[in-house]
Amino acid sequence: MSDCHGETPRAGLLPNPSIQPPRPPGERPIIVAIVGPPNSGKSTLFNRLTGLRQKVANFPGVTVEHRMGKAKLKGHQEVFLVDLPGVYSLHPRAEDEQVTHDVLTGTRPDFPKPDAVILILDVTNLGRNLVLAAPILHLGLPTLILLNMADDLAQRGGKVDVAALSSELNSPVALISAAKGTGIDRIQQFLLGTAARLNAPPARIELPILQDVPKCRQWAANLGKRASYRAPAPPIWTRRLDGIFLHPVAGPLIFAAILVAVFQSIFSWATPIMDFLTVKVQSSGAWMTQVLPNSPFTSLLVDGVWKGVGSVLVFLPQILLLFLFIGILEDSGYLARAALIADRTMAIFGLQGKSFIPLLSAYACAVPAIMATRVIENKRDRMATIMIAPLMTCSARLPIYILLIAAFIPNTKILGDLLSLPTATMLGLYVLGFLAAIFTARVLKSSILKTKGTSFVLEMPPYRWPTLQSLSLRLVDRAKVFLRRAGTVILLVSILLWILAHLPLEGGKMPLLEHSYAASLGKAIEPFIRPLGFNWKIGIGLISSLIAREVMVSTLGTIYGIQGDEHSAGLQAALHHDLSTAGAIALLIFFAFAMQCFSTLAVVKRETGGWRWPAFQFSYMLALAYAGSWLAFHVAKHFLG
Amino acid sequence: MADPHHKAPARQQTLAELRTGQRCILDRLDLPADMARRLMELGFLPGNEIVLSRKAPGGGPRVYRVDGSEVALRQETASHLYVRRDPESDLIVLS
Repeated sequence: MSDCHGETPRAGLLPNPSIQPPRPPGERPIIVAIVGPPNSGKSTLFNRLTGLRQKVANFPGVTVEHRMGKAKLKGHQEVFLVDLPGVYSLHPRAEDEQVTHDVLTGTRPDFPKPDAVILILDVTNLGRNLVLAAPILHLGLPTLILLNMADDLAQRGGKVDVAALSSELNSPVALISAAKGTGIDRIQQFLLGTAARLNAPPARIELPILQDVPKCRQWAANLGKRASYRAPAPPIWTRRLDGIFLHPVAGPLIFAAILVAVFQSIFSWATPIMDFLTVKVQSSGAWMTQVLPNSPFTSLLVDGVWKGVGSVLVFLPQILLLFLFIGILEDSGYLARAALIADRTMAIFGLQGKSFIPLLSAYACAVPAIMATRVIENKRDRMATIMIAPLMTCSARLPIYILLIAAFIPNTKILGDLLSLPTATMLGLYVLGFLAAIFTARVLKSSILKTKGTSFVLEMPPYRWPTLQSLSLRLVDRAKVFLRRAGTVILLVSILLWILAHLPLEGGKMPLLEHSYAASLGKAIEPFIRPLGFNWKIGIGLISSLIAREVMVSTLGTIYGIQGDEHSAGLQAALHHDLSTAGAIALLIFFAFAMQCFSTLAVVKRETGGWRWPAFQFSYMLALAYAGSWLAFHVAKHFLG
Repeated sequence: MADPHHKAPARQQTLAELRTGQRCILDRLDLPADMARRLMELGFLPGNEIVLSRKAPGGGPRVYRVDGSEVALRQETASHLYVRRDPESDLIVLS
């Protein structure tokens, strides 16, 4: 909600602004850590300094993610930046703080100690933000202190004497605006000089006892006074917008309207793009079959690889659209308000408002959702949220839902033009997933994950305009992850399945599906799935979809030798030979509850630090799926005859 | 409005009893050490002024203005923060 008045923020005195020759080659690259409290603009700065030359990485063994990137610098010098988790202090309480602490003190064996630190602080609340300077300067590393949001400060009538602060702290200080890009040249100057400062003695200043929070706060307040800091007026737009978004009546209504609008637009906007991509995948597949010689290799390439991977790729637009919306909500500051509004409702199920953000993301994909649970400090609340996230209807369930509903649910109207039976079925499946999730949360939170009075402490950041750069970087990130998955896991499964379906050779020829290895697998589990109304062909699909749900559609396509996309009338007709309507309903229920996603299991393992929780989650969801589809099959058979 | 000679109540007031726009001074935090430290880092330090900025819709957490920022707390947490109120301050009504 800020507007730049064209005033260039003053830059602080840099004690050593000289550009020194780089260190001799052969040594490890220079690493500079970016540290700051939450909402201080750390990520915006990181994005601005590195652009697309960054990657998300994880520290092994813990749940904390960091981003590494190469700084864009003039000359040949290479400086790597690491974006550490936002912290209020270095007091190792939460896992995030522990990691930031360990990296900065060089006590992590898997990560080199940084050569310098960039401390970024929100200058609109300098008193509280400066508290973090005490533990950071205590480390004795060369430190550049950035006072971010200089444009906000100037606009709202605040001021600070950067030179005075710099000499008080005996460290370079600069006023910048990471969002606008002002003052960035000062940072580049600092980064270029890092090599020269490596052996420089640490800045000598008096620091308070770090354990004493009131003392530290007092120290920060005194510093502010000596730097003639004048706090800016409270952000007027944030107050006004909160008057609307947190209004007793309008607030919840807007909240509901935003949720509906997000889901509505994902389905209505993404559908034409998905249809377009589906047609493209099909036509290019047909073209390849024509152009390439008729051989097993062509069949592998077209039916195994291209259609398998292609049937998954069509979901990219939808996933990106959902991430775009979540990005806008998060960057604008609304998501914190949404968490506040959701808190009371979430409390009924034993959860808290911060669980709302991951659960919303889980409608796109459980993997980023589970990573987003890091905002929840309470370990048990976080565990419960991780456990229920895969029950939310993720986009990977859509292909099989769309296929089965189109094939088995008659297009009759329920409420005139408003609601048809297929739409109601789809909505019902979404509701079912949600109900299963909150029921599970309730059960977990009153048994193995019981807590004594869950707390909810959340700072409300000021509203801001989301920047195009940050939004596009998010989407590029997500697209990369998705494409990597399609190019590795799904590609491998598609090839493996094609091979299993075409071996062993019978007299030098490819066997009928019924005599293939794939069929043997399906027939092996047939006794277990027969009570659910599934035969061995569906069994093959279920086995392959353990890797990823969306593989089901391409598998059925391979099995029937028909183009595996959900709009294909051929596949729909073929399914009727192997599945009754009751069986189809059971299959829908199975997909609503079962944990058929290796990526999710892997990320849960990583986040919970072992196979215990993912194993529990897998068994629980499988049991739920089995019982649910058994019940659905028998009830449906009774009514449908 | 407020009576300047009014006596302090026998039982100490908590943050949870504050009305919208009212300000108070934090006296002490009766919470486990970890939670207290976390709140102190967010500005809930004894001696600091706290204003109830907004009540969330439907009786959810409340938003407090403290140390230059706004922080949401559940009522359950706020009821463990003991405060003193300067009756004079009621004359200043938050915009």
